[in-house]
Amino acid sequence: MNKSQFLTELKEILCGLPDNDIQSSLDYYSEIIDDHIEDGFTEEDSVSQVGNPQEIAKQILADTPILKLVKQRIKPKHKISTLEIMFLILGSPIWLSLLIAAIAVVVSVYVSLWAAVVSLWACEAAFCGSALGGAIASVCLFASEGDIFAASIMVAAALVLIGISILFFFVCRASTKGMVLLTKKLTLRIKSCFLRKERAQ
Amino acid sequence: MDIQLKRGLLDICVLAAIKSEDSYGYQIIKDIKPFVEISESTLYPILRRLESANQLTARSVEHNGRLRKYYHITQAGLKRIEDFKLEWQEIISIYNFVTREAQDEQVTIFNRA
Repeated sequence: MNKSQFLTELKEILCGLPDNDIQSSLDYYSEIIDDHIEDGFTEEDSVSQVGNPQEIAKQILADTPILKLVKQRIKPKHKISTLEIMFLILGSPIWLSLLIAAIAVVVSVYVSLWAAVVSLWACEAAFCGSALGGAIASVCLFASEGDIFAASIMVAAALVLIGISILFFFVCRASTKGMVLLTKKLTLRIKSCFLRKERAQ
Repeated sequence: MDIQLKRGLLDICVLAAIKSEDSYGYQIIKDIKPFVEISESTLYPILRRLESANQLTARSVEHNGRLRKYYHITQAGLKRIEDFKLEWQEIISIYNFVTREAQDEQVTIFNRA
């Protein structure tokens, strides 16, 4: 890939970001590539050292606050006419409710996933609690009634519960980590939605 | 290395690279690379972040018929480096404490043997 191909591709992917943000990253990468070339690298080598446009765009996107993308998206390309405003207002019972419904679906799926994680942790707490309860109960049984048989069953149950709770802890931790990862991916996906829509226009 | 820690260190490295004289992207990377892993695409967001935090300013200078951006450190940027030095003093003393304990352990194990 040569320099101008690289810059064109980057510009295309970044389309949807504010214009001055696009320009500033294009300027930066253009300068860096020129400096590589001046240092004795070939044009192809310089471009490949800088990285591929897809990855670079992903990084820039991850650093751009979502609010900025939304603002850029809803900023009209031309002045909205009175007629358009009228249609927007008249149509609002339809599009507004559809929009709210769509957002509500996404949010509720997300929240229920977190709820599952929370309930896993609750189970973990229950396991720990009952293990502790079992341990205390076995001591009490032994001390008050001297029933070694019942007490040893209690001890065994408590040990099993401790084992389960230790294993379960890893499940809980993995699920929490998974959700954090999912959140990151989801934000990136939502952000790139703004870019793709923009390019389709 | 921890990602957050590395991020903070890279900020300081970039500021340190322009501390004595103004520098440009390619040169900054060349100066830092022997010490920390940094790429062209990681430098870009750092420069933007430092610029919006007013720790450096940028000006375009003509060079061989094209523009090159030179970065200049501000008072806030210099202060950031100073803060880092002070903070690092604390970390070094903690480090000394941690390694001293390890050394003591080794000595006791050695004595027991």
